[in-house]
Amino acid sequence: MLITCPYCGPRDVIEFTYQGDGNRERPDPASQNFEAWNAYVYDRLNPAGDHNEIWQHSGGCRTHLKVVRNTLTHEISSVAFMRGDHGRGDHGSAARRKAEDKS
Amino acid sequence: MVEPQSPEPLSPLEPEFHVGSHGNFEHGVEIILTETRPGSIVQLAAWPGEEKKLIAAIRTVTGLALPDGAGGGVSDGVKSVFGFAPGKFTVADEAEGLAAAFAKVVTPAIGTVTDLSHGRTAIRIAGPKAEWVLAKFFAIDFSLPAFPVGAGRSTAHHDVFAQIQRTSADQFDIYVFRSFARSFWKALCHASEEVGYEVQ
Ligand SMILES: [Zn+2]
Repeated sequence: MLITCPYCGPRDVIEFTYQGDGNRERPDPASQNFEAWNAYVYDRLNPAGDHNEIWQHSGGCRTHLKVVRNTLTHEISSVAFMRGDHGRGDHGSAARRKAEDKS
Repeated sequence: MVEPQSPEPLSPLEPEFHVGSHGNFEHGVEIILTETRPGSIVQLAAWPGEEKKLIAAIRTVTGLALPDGAGGGVSDGVKSVFGFAPGKFTVADEAEGLAAAFAKVVTPAIGTVTDLSHGRTAIRIAGPKAEWVLAKFFAIDFSLPAFPVGAGRSTAHHDVFAQIQRTSADQFDIYVFRSFARSFWKALCHASEEVGYEVQ
């Protein structure tokens, strides 16, 4: 599997570290909202299809990337820098909404 | 800053650094391996939006003009600079004192200066088979159109992080962690055996 880093170009997946589901919304660290924390830690969309993910190019430029990967085919349809995007990744938000509508 | 040492700074490669021709060199030496031993190696990082000021500071200190684009770089044979990540650059100089010089112009508002002079070892691989040997180590494209002279790349070999700058058509300078340098050097020697290599 190749991930095309926006800085380094196409690189083998071995250079990257998976940093988790890109759909999570992290509550404010001071938040006492246990439901929000529970959702952040446990709730996953688990789609069969496009999935928003966070990867780090740990064996390269070390930037954090928002990646849309198809969980059925491993096809990667988009890669962009995380910088400037705090909180929940907006990448592939159409796919996220679709998955949420189904649930 | 590298403290002046006498008579020669210690190299982590020392026990495995054997000057002369090795491997299958009867048909000619196709690889030259050396340690370039820069007097200074620094890493510079710009805060978001301050990249242009940092690039100007690099020009002020080194006289080198960075080309545009990811991984762009340039070397004049004495000083070298290349981008290895967004807004981040590695600079090396044969002379000591680079970190002190940059500390004067890279203000806290522009970015940071990290002195890696003791933290990295610079290994040079040159010769007609340099691309071919490096292709055994790193899953990146070493062909000249994809990796032009002066450009830099960040990659890894068996989890050993490496920064590579192409300093001529058939020459690459590889910056590795000092603590991994000897094992990386040994691997590079083994990989060069089948084409014949000379350590200088
Ligand atoms: Zn990268």
